[in-house]
Amino acid sequence: MEPRTLFQKVWDARVVVEEPDRPAVLYIDLHLIHEVTSPQAFTGLRERGLRVRRPEKTIATMDHSTPTLPKALWVIDDQAKAQLAQLESNCKEFGIELYALGDSRNGIVHVIGPERGFTQPGKTIVCGDSHTSTHGAFGALAFGIGTSEVEHVLATQCLLQRKAKTLEVRVEGQLMPAVTAKDIILALCAEIGTGGGTGYVIEFTGSAIRALDMEGRMTVCNMSIEAGARAGMIGPDETTFEYLKGRDHVPQGADWDAAVERWIQLRTDEGATFDKTVVIDANKLEPMITYGTNPGMGMQISEPMPTMDRFEDASQRAAFEKAMGYMDLQPGQRLLGKKIDVVFIGSCTNSRISDLRMAAGVFSGRKVADGVRTLVVPGSHDIKKQAEAEGLDRIFEEAGAEWREPGCSMCIAMNGDNLEPGQYAVSTSNRNFEGRQGKGGRTFLASPLTAAASAVRGEVTDPRTLLLS
Amino acid sequence: MAQFTTLTSHAVPLPEENVDTDQIIPARFLKVTDKHGLGDSLFCDWRYLKDGSNNPDFVLNQAASQGAQILLAGNNFGSGSSREHAPWALVGWGFRAIISTGFADIFKSNSLKNGLLPVEVSEAVYKRLMEAVQLDRSTEITIDLQSQSVTALDGLETTFPIDAFSKHCLLEGIDQLGYLLSFDDQITRHEQQRT
Ligand code: SF4
Repeated sequence: MEPRTLFQKVWDARVVVEEPDRPAVLYIDLHLIHEVTSPQAFTGLRERGLRVRRPEKTIATMDHSTPTLPKALWVIDDQAKAQLAQLESNCKEFGIELYALGDSRNGIVHVIGPERGFTQPGKTIVCGDSHTSTHGAFGALAFGIGTSEVEHVLATQCLLQRKAKTLEVRVEGQLMPAVTAKDIILALCAEIGTGGGTGYVIEFTGSAIRALDMEGRMTVCNMSIEAGARAGMIGPDETTFEYLKGRDHVPQGADWDAAVERWIQLRTDEGATFDKTVVIDANKLEPMITYGTNPGMGMQISEPMPTMDRFEDASQRAAFEKAMGYMDLQPGQRLLGKKIDVVFIGSCTNSRISDLRMAAGVFSGRKVADGVRTLVVPGSHDIKKQAEAEGLDRIFEEAGAEWREPGCSMCIAMNGDNLEPGQYAVSTSNRNFEGRQGKGGRTFLASPLTAAASAVRGEVTDPRTLLLS
Repeated sequence: MAQFTTLTSHAVPLPEENVDTDQIIPARFLKVTDKHGLGDSLFCDWRYLKDGSNNPDFVLNQAASQGAQILLAGNNFGSGSSREHAPWALVGWGFRAIISTGFADIFKSNSLKNGLLPVEVSEAVYKRLMEAVQLDRSTEITIDLQSQSVTALDGLETTFPIDAFSKHCLLEGIDQLGYLLSFDDQITRHEQQRT
């Protein structure tokens, strides 16, 4: 048999029908839903008199518009309340398991999937949410879909899909201290741009990827979509199996051993080819930060921002100029030392326990600078519990940061946690689009270390100046 | 799904690149449980001033834009979130086609399911159209799906790619769920063999 890539293997195993000139019918193993992108899909089912084909393959959570203030499980406005109520009644009517607000298993959809062991190597996983790419860290084929497709999956457990091309992103070498998984993916976005991966599924390979723990791998795959790729994948290995072993929904006992045997086979064969390859030298990476209004507008934190003459293309120059205007920044200047108003540590990119430990390591024995509002929002209740057991919550609070309930929070600013117009934030989330974190708000994307260091200094700060001096 | 055969209309020029879904429809409008009525929130943060009144500088508010069914937009349109609210809002405003040099994957797939045609043209064609439309806002562009062609001005004619299946669905107004449901037997067999 021809050598195959990880993507090809998962695809082959899940194709139901593949005919020329038509999209393939792809079977979906796991469907995750949340309050924002599902209501219209259920309405569609009802209008056609359809049932959910395999309710046990869909898991629901509430995360996008949920409040994060401790002991206040109220919801911000009537519209959000109605949307949550509708998810609840839809799940009840169609027999879908829901981790509702207040449930101890509740959390951000891309955090709880892996945490509960639903996410497994070789699975096809979809969700009406573009950061579904996160689950690819386990060697699953996972991607975001629209609401029409949510309806398709509910009704048929299948999707019409065109096969993507494959892009290998090989990251070789060893990361320097204070350089993290987030810096790898921000570097890729800066290198290939937000459209660079369009039409591709990325497979991340190389020694620097192998060396990452599962949480770091999730951070990398999470932002594959920001480089335009629908999915990011990493071949499963011992690190993957160790993370999964014993979790709620993974096979147990002899079934576990058999599953691991199968999963190992998924890795890309020697000699398999990719449509394209990009190589990143991990040894040379530094902490990264974005300066503009899309995740591709990023740079090493010590660098100055580009100048106008860097852009040959007129429309790129216009885009850069517009971003500089929105951000109220001067081309060619440094971001280091730029005063900030808010720091957000959270989101499906960086809200897991290792992210919180990194941030706590910076905050320990230090204080958040005067006038800076710092929010630390764990990705799930499990993470919150774990962090509290380790005393991280006390470190955050003693430093002057706010320790919140789990949810998407200021990543998407639907729940009342938002930037005010004109404010600058260093954020560990994944999108710095205009208004993403609140109308008129300005976002610098960075790692938890950079975000925490910036909170302490009250300005954009290279974490190495705090940690390595 | 709404059929799409041929369309002749003036266009709204939006030369920005990388217009993302948060710009098309900001997240605070995603709390709806219906797909209708989102047209008023389209490009909301660009379109309205602080006090809620129309921003006269934003292209959508100009008299010349009214009634347009084609959006002429910069490269990599629709990046970001998978929210289908983006095409719902565009369709809600009255757009039936978007001409650009490139579209984000999920946005494109969502649009095709809502009778909104993404028309990908070369950089050169895009520039010519943009110049012409900005110069004369009444410039009409014709998009014909059957022949996959765009015609405008004096002699500008080009073709655009679309996969055969999506084309067929749009021409006939077929919705993809009906098509998927017809594979019930094969799906059942797959389930028995593999899961
Ligand atoms: S944390 Fe942000 S990116 Fe992740 S699912 Fe929530 S809103 Fe989307």
